[in-house]
Amino acid sequence: MTGKIDLSRTYAPSDDVVVREIEGEIVIVPLTSGIGDVEDECFTFDEWGRAVWSKIDGSRPLETVVQELLDEYDAPAGLLKGEVVGLLQELYERRMIVDIG
Amino acid sequence: MSAHAYVRKVRSGESGLWKSAQPALTRLDIELTERCNNDCLHCAVNLPAGDIEARGSEWRAERWKALLTDAAGLGCLVVRLTGGEPLLRADFEEIYLHARRLGLRVMLFTNATLITPRLARLLKDVPPLEAVEVSVYGLTKESCEAVTRVSGSFAACRRGLGLLGENGVAFTVKGAVLPPTSREADALEAWAAGLPGHAGRPAFAMLFDLRSRRDEAAKKNKAIAGLRQGGDEFVSFARRHGEGAVDEWREFCGRSAGARGDRLFNCLPMGSSAAVDPYGRLQYCLGLRHPGTVYDLAAGSLREAVTKFLPRLRKTRAADPAYLERCGRCFLKGLCEQCPAKSWAEHGTLDTPVEYFCGIAHAQAVAAGLLDWGEKAWTVRDGSERAKRRKGS
Repeated sequence: MTGKIDLSRTYAPSDDVVVREIEGEIVIVPLTSGIGDVEDECFTFDEWGRAVWSKIDGSRPLETVVQELLDEYDAPAGLLKGEVVGLLQELYERRMIVDIG
Repeated sequence: MSAHAYVRKVRSGESGLWKSAQPALTRLDIELTERCNNDCLHCAVNLPAGDIEARGSEWRAERWKALLTDAAGLGCLVVRLTGGEPLLRADFEEIYLHARRLGLRVMLFTNATLITPRLARLLKDVPPLEAVEVSVYGLTKESCEAVTRVSGSFAACRRGLGLLGENGVAFTVKGAVLPPTSREADALEAWAAGLPGHAGRPAFAMLFDLRSRRDEAAKKNKAIAGLRQGGDEFVSFARRHGEGAVDEWREFCGRSAGARGDRLFNCLPMGSSAAVDPYGRLQYCLGLRHPGTVYDLAAGSLREAVTKFLPRLRKTRAADPAYLERCGRCFLKGLCEQCPAKSWAEHGTLDTPVEYFCGIAHAQAVAAGLLDWGEKAWTVRDGSERAKRRKGS
């Protein structure tokens, strides 16, 4: 999937994946084909990715999510924004999230 | 794609997903039916496809779906759907889709004869995330149907494999070394390697289990035992591509095998796996149906079974004097297939030495240079050290 992440847009988990929380880990299991580079891949996050993922619920635009993270993390705004966009770009290209407007 | 690894990928079978405690259950094996549309010479499970009593006793889809939901709630990531032939069930797709929608990977074991265009398309669109494992017992109609004993099964299997390939569904072929097929192994490997969608190398069954229900024991078990390869044949087969397998046996003996005393359950790590028969009875593994080791899920819960019943069962100790004298002191324990399930199938007990598997393990150890011919492994005091020395030499 192509397209650039836009901070003014709202994103939500895709119906093409199943999101599970097991023993404190978020595990994303592909439901449809073509999510992973090979068919038997599942995905998980580091602590940072988990914090971002927990906010990608379709309820608010990405710029609001970034602001919330800036309130929670002691990080330069430009760096944090770049990390969030980088993570979401990968999730979007893998069809794990969708743009809902 | 970003150069930064924001998302960690975990492939099937890889460890390292869990930073701390692993879930109470990571894999659940479900035998959806004991019925099969084939009647293979060596099968330890099968009942006729039309067995009305068996069919009437099998759990319905709603119960399986509830169990799968419970399994996912316990952290289970992988479910194996097997049989018998699981595709005999009209509700297979419903059960499969429920498992996948829960975020479970599905290992499907099948003979492929009942794969339809619709099912192949479903497996393409909603992939199982594990290669489908297909039993292929013969490269020709004659050899295949001499094993399956069902006319038309060869063509049906080929048709099913073709549908998987056309739809890009990953699968792995499994063979068996039986009198009708024993000369076909190399050809089957070469054929499988050229199949669209085939993943990995075919595995071959040789050390056939006796009937796990202990039904028809006298009749069918005699036939199955007559199909088994001896130790020399087993070693020769393993060596057909060189010494790799023998090196692995030696390395395994130096690393993981070893005397376990009176501890009976050694084969699976704590909390990793459980099996359920078609009637909702939870077992330690698919083969162990000893009535003292099964848990009726209709009268309890999956959580209680995996957190209380199985841990208690794992503490069971051997009492058979021959087991304690031999298996309990044997450095080949682990390489040898002796286990409660084999003892149950062979003897109706949990802890009686199975001579057949003992003979196979001794032949492996002789081939690996760990034993002299005629030497008994349980009399050797430095077996693991021998393996480590040989590995290093």
